[in-house]
Amino acid sequence: MVEVANELEQTRELQYAKARKEQAFTRKLLRNRFAALGLGIIFLLIVTAIFAPLIATHPPNQMDVTKSLLGPGSEGHLLGTDSYGRDTFSRIVYGSRISLIVGISAVLFGAFFGSMLGLISGYVGGRTDAIIMRIIDGMMAFPFILLAIVLMSVLGQGLVNVVIAIGVSNIPGFARVIRGQVLTIKESEYIEVTRSLGARHGRILFYHIVPNSMAPLIVYATMSVAGAIISEASLSFLGLGVQPPTASWGSMLQEGKDFLVLSPELATISGLAILITVLGINLFGDGLRDALDPKMKV
Amino acid sequence: MRTFLLKRSLQLIPTLFVVAVIVFFITRMLPGNPAAVMLGPQASAEDIAAYAERLGLNDPIYQQFFDYLINLVKFDFGNSLSYNQPIVNLIMERFPNTVILAVSALLIAIIVGVPAGILAAKKQNTIIDYLVTTLSLVGVSMPIFWLGVMLVLAFSVNLGWLPSTGMGSLDNGLWAFIRHLILPSLALATIPTAQFARVIRSSMLETLSNDYIKAARSKGLKETFVIYKHALKNALTPLLTVIGLQFSNLLGGAVLTETIFSWPGMGLLIVNAIDKRDFVVVQGSVIFIAIIYVVINLIVDVLYKVVNPKVNLDGGSGGAN
Repeated sequence: MVEVANELEQTRELQYAKARKEQAFTRKLLRNRFAALGLGIIFLLIVTAIFAPLIATHPPNQMDVTKSLLGPGSEGHLLGTDSYGRDTFSRIVYGSRISLIVGISAVLFGAFFGSMLGLISGYVGGRTDAIIMRIIDGMMAFPFILLAIVLMSVLGQGLVNVVIAIGVSNIPGFARVIRGQVLTIKESEYIEVTRSLGARHGRILFYHIVPNSMAPLIVYATMSVAGAIISEASLSFLGLGVQPPTASWGSMLQEGKDFLVLSPELATISGLAILITVLGINLFGDGLRDALDPKMKV
Repeated sequence: MRTFLLKRSLQLIPTLFVVAVIVFFITRMLPGNPAAVMLGPQASAEDIAAYAERLGLNDPIYQQFFDYLINLVKFDFGNSLSYNQPIVNLIMERFPNTVILAVSALLIAIIVGVPAGILAAKKQNTIIDYLVTTLSLVGVSMPIFWLGVMLVLAFSVNLGWLPSTGMGSLDNGLWAFIRHLILPSLALATIPTAQFARVIRSSMLETLSNDYIKAARSKGLKETFVIYKHALKNALTPLLTVIGLQFSNLLGGAVLTETIFSWPGMGLLIVNAIDKRDFVVVQGSVIFIAIIYVVINLIVDVLYKVVNPKVNLDGGSGGAN
């Protein structure tokens, strides 16, 4: 009876310790003003993307050539119109959806396949590790954006293809981060103990190694979302991204580039939207890294 | 050192093989008959059949891959249909222009980014530090294609000071050449400048907290001497890796900058080839860039070893990549 009570006490202690650690982390993260600002920007982006139909003043693809290239504030168009007479503000609002969808989905894609490869490579080691890492090295021999461009040129325009192209380009980075973590963790004493107690490989991997690799993975994934959003905008800017007339900040910038003299605000505003979003995610990512472990090399 | 060099060079072979495999299969993913895609909708069935034969598309896939590897080893990337010349010639014509752009961007980044990082570390928690930190964070978050467009808007459209596109010829004088180079190199230099400032700041701060720096200070050595003779020397090692990585990125990743400023380099060649559906050019150019990327990473690894002989890179997979 006493033993059971002791065990319960120990479990409660552990739970308190975990909760205290989580509270300390949240405090540390939110006390960092830059991280809080970044979180605010991310929150605004998510709200804009979800409530786009309520926030937008016009349907994003509604054309009216009699009202093309209007300046900001004219005829009920908050940020003016583009060359087809479409409302710039509404297209910016809807463009946040594409950025968010691509940013998150491409990183999830890269994180899933990259982490699997990294886990197998680091845990199994030997020849398997050598083969996987040579493939990863080969993928890393392409500058990130170039690999995405080449994939898009073959796959063709479209949202799903953009996610695949950027997701594939993200795989090697995640594989490296996770492999590094696995190599460190699998040598630690508690893994040795777990193994000697007869734990199976699956249990060691998914109950011990994966949870302990989460911190750098989360930081790397956050930073990668920023990279994926820029990549989507870059592909759309080159005419290789989502299909027109879907509103994407990159394609709006590309259209705006041709009207720099007549309507400079079109290029300016769409670029600012990309910059502020990416800056917000990077600010939050930096804060997250510092709160989790300032010495983390991600 | 010789063993390391040999081992690291041998590691290039499987990496380059994987690169070749990736590029070969990506270009084979083209939907439909690649010859028909490349010749366009106006091509006759005979022309398509003849071109497919010329590209070896009728051979079994393993035969195609084997021929492709043999040609790669001979540095024969094939012929371009749209440019009507060997792809090697196109690369040799365009690659030096990309190198000019990349080197000038790298120089700007080193000249601006490194002193900014040192200054921020020296004046930690002052207004200068906050300014450098904020600007460098904005810099790494910058969509450079937007910055490029904004530079054109400010300096070409509004002020009319600098040309917005193209590359100046040296025949028209050095100034004409430099005038064309300024805007694209400034745009391209933004991210590396910001990254160098961040790296040098954090590694300087790490070094400055070491005991031997405290010892040097307590001996009464001048602060300037401590910073430049002791701290900077040690803080330079991580910078070297970042410089190497950024240089290879600049050589291969200048696609957007070259497109905005119509700079006739490798990036513009690839984008134009994609527009013209000339996938033989895309294939050859991408492989060439990947080779350059891998070789520069090898050089960075070797330099890293020279600067810091204690570093063990033998067991790694691709080292500083």
